[in-house]
Amino acid sequence: MTPQEIFNILKANFGGALTEATISATGGSSATGYAMQVWIQIAPDKLRDVCLFLRDDHVMQFDYLSCLSGVDYQNGSFGVVYHLASTVHKHKIILKTLCKKEDLRVQSVSTVWGTANWHEREAFDLYGIVFDGHPDLRRILLPDDWDGYPLRKDFKVQEFYHGIKVPD
Amino acid sequence: MEFIQSILANELIVAIILSLLPLFFIIIYALIVLYTEMKVAAHIQDRVAYMRTGWHGVLQPIADMVKLLQKEDIIPAHADKLLFRMAPFIAFIGTYAAYAVLPFSSIYIGSNINVGVFFLVAMGSLVVIGILMAGWASNNKWSLFGGVRSAAQMVSYEIPTALAIIIVVMITGSLNLQEITKFQEGGIGHWIVFGGPLPWNQKLILMPFTFITFLIVFVASIAEVNRTPFDLPEAESELVQGFNTEYSGMRFAMFYLSEYANLFTVSAVVVALFLGGWSSPFGTLMSGPVWGIFWFVLKAYLFVFIQIWIRWTLPRLRVDQLMYVSWKVLTPWLFVCLLAVGFILVN
Amino acid sequence: MQDTSMLQPPTLPTNYTVKHGHIRTSTGKTVRTEEMIINMGPQHPSTHGVLRLEIVVDGEIIVECIPHIGYLHRCFEKHCEHMTNYQQVIPYVDRMDYCSAMTNEWAFALAVERLLKIEVPERVEYIRVIMAELQRIASHLIAVGTYGIDSGAFTPFLYTFIDREKILDLFEMTCGARLLYNYIWIGGLSHDLPPKFIEQAKDFISYFRPRIKMLNDLLSYNEIFVKRTANVGVLPKDVAINYAVSGPQLRGSGVNWDLRRDDPYSVYHKLNWEPQIGKGEMGTVGDCWDRHIVRMREMEQSLNLVEQALSTLPEGNIQAAIPKRIRPEKDAEIYVRSESSRGELGFYIISDGTASPYRVKARGPAFVNLSVLPEIAKGAMIADLVLIAGSIDIVLGEVDR
Repeated sequence: MTPQEIFNILKANFGGALTEATISATGGSSATGYAMQVWIQIAPDKLRDVCLFLRDDHVMQFDYLSCLSGVDYQNGSFGVVYHLASTVHKHKIILKTLCKKEDLRVQSVSTVWGTANWHEREAFDLYGIVFDGHPDLRRILLPDDWDGYPLRKDFKVQEFYHGIKVPD
Repeated sequence: MEFIQSILANELIVAIILSLLPLFFIIIYALIVLYTEMKVAAHIQDRVAYMRTGWHGVLQPIADMVKLLQKEDIIPAHADKLLFRMAPFIAFIGTYAAYAVLPFSSIYIGSNINVGVFFLVAMGSLVVIGILMAGWASNNKWSLFGGVRSAAQMVSYEIPTALAIIIVVMITGSLNLQEITKFQEGGIGHWIVFGGPLPWNQKLILMPFTFITFLIVFVASIAEVNRTPFDLPEAESELVQGFNTEYSGMRFAMFYLSEYANLFTVSAVVVALFLGGWSSPFGTLMSGPVWGIFWFVLKAYLFVFIQIWIRWTLPRLRVDQLMYVSWKVLTPWLFVCLLAVGFILVN
Repeated sequence: MQDTSMLQPPTLPTNYTVKHGHIRTSTGKTVRTEEMIINMGPQHPSTHGVLRLEIVVDGEIIVECIPHIGYLHRCFEKHCEHMTNYQQVIPYVDRMDYCSAMTNEWAFALAVERLLKIEVPERVEYIRVIMAELQRIASHLIAVGTYGIDSGAFTPFLYTFIDREKILDLFEMTCGARLLYNYIWIGGLSHDLPPKFIEQAKDFISYFRPRIKMLNDLLSYNEIFVKRTANVGVLPKDVAINYAVSGPQLRGSGVNWDLRRDDPYSVYHKLNWEPQIGKGEMGTVGDCWDRHIVRMREMEQSLNLVEQALSTLPEGNIQAAIPKRIRPEKDAEIYVRSESSRGELGFYIISDGTASPYRVKARGPAFVNLSVLPEIAKGAMIADLVLIAGSIDIVLGEVDR
């Protein structure tokens, strides 16, 4: 299925949840015919329903969540990018949600795909994005009592950690 | 024994000397078996072990001993101090006591008691207590696991050992180890593993059962000494070192020594019961009191070597599979052998 | 007096309370039972690196298993944002999955090349295939060897490392390094194959084929090993896909999914090979034995791939014409996934038009494969946990980045 068809089906079912769909002009290898990257933007509070639909619908069956990344867009908004794939139909799609820095809440999809559990913990750990509905949201890579969210563009590392000077 | 007694009139001094003789033997033997284990392991793994200390590393065991002797004695903070200190010694006492009844030669046996095999099995249980104490007193969950597993394993593998001993006792008619060995005198055909000194038609029927018994008791003896494939109590990959984890320096050396001494003990028991003890395989050629010691040590050492060989080849069994093997495989087979041997001997 | 502020108490997820129970003994008394929390700490002979597993056990049965990671976190993603050049990222990518460095470099180079729409010469593609497949064999040899140690067989480890030495000799001959190569560059390679490479590689192929059979006889089909690993740690197909497991772990569960064929890159579609699937020959589909035998069979397939690539190696350049300053367009982004030794290694790169990346997210297969451990370890014994964790084949450098 092409991304345009997927977008059409989603628009038909969810209407207002979708804010935008853009065709990205990146990528291309004529030898293997690698397709270009398209993403569909979803509102952060409708995310779980859309994802459930994408996973369970027979035509689409996106049962494989390849990657979940947080992004800091530096214009006051943060994004979460979902790369989905289907082992059955062998197609791919990208979803994005944006949220404002003052209200960093996104619906969790850990009940839809089990792998999102750890990925969302990592996004929370490094960006501070809170995922509503996550069963166990705590830091995963950094120590539990670390200060701040390192991958943000305006992050200042703390000076001392338990009495040890933190190198910069 | 009477020969030494005739030189020194004092019985007490004789008793002390005789009880210390196995200790010297164990120490020398431990150095040799340590070297053997390292070299055999290395050659199985396609590498060479120690080559620098002495010619091809023969002085390495002495270096290891010196290293262990000079280590700091660490006792964990909340460990049960009395039990912690006692555990290695109890484990060693259990092993050492068994040396009193091993028939090294026709003229030397530490203590020629009439219930020799019974005494052996009983002393084997003392080692279990030592290991349990070590596991509990270390105040470490992993040691506790190791100790408990080891206790379960050793207790359940004493059943096949005892049953096999009963079979031998039925054939020879005596619990005295020296008598059992004398019963098998006269060359390789008279060994119990090949049916015992009976007419050939009886032997042919008896031989399969005694051979199976011999194999089973050999497997059970590997389990008794906690060696791979039964070394879950001290499995390095899981429990860091099992009940040994918190021991260092001389205490650790004590456990190590008792493990190697135990290796020899169980091999010696198998040899004495099934392979003719100190009797020469050639009948009258190369036999005599002094040759007896040579044959006994050689045969026991051969089994030690086989145990080392098996250790470096096979993976280890899980604890419930281990128990399954003991209770559901070895013991029923031994009951079959017991019934068969009894039936044959009656007729 | 030691500073105990760094010691962290065990953290179980969201108010997990240890359960107490009562059992009735045969004499009629009730005995109180309690679950025990054990720490398989960061330093342990068997956790393949600094991984902390917190286990709640009821006797020997595991009730809950919680992995704690992050002991090897080296801030790879933050570093990338401060690089002055995309090419500078390659040595950092090496050190993520240090047991399988060539596939790491290739994944990143692939991502940047797709971002810039660069076509690499044919010779480069074939050499990359040779290097990646040799690396796959080397990585699986480590996995198999250490898996033997986990199960108590100490000898296969040394045999696999002898074979691995020969592969590392090949790598050293080409790029000078044995473990972390900095060889696959954006747009090509750093060095061409030296003159003796092809001959030595062919010698290795004929040497290694019978060794796989020997390893199988010694370890894989050994009765005790089969008993330890069959029906242990069964990962069902749907759970595996839901948890986005990839690589030999996914194929061991019976899913026919290999990125070299299903999301093709480079010249894999021109070569003759097949993904190996677990079929549950010794137990259930998706148990530890299946994962192990998939790795053994994949080594053989990789050997075939190397042989074919060596025989059809074309002549040509080893570097495509790339601009001196690699500057992708503003707001260009791409996610490229490739099949590394452990599974799907993906790089998500966002560019802001400057020479340094804006965001690089590394999707490490070991990170995702490890997340399924709490699911498959429930109900197993402690002795099994070591084998289950070993069959996932994690490298902490990739889990923590």
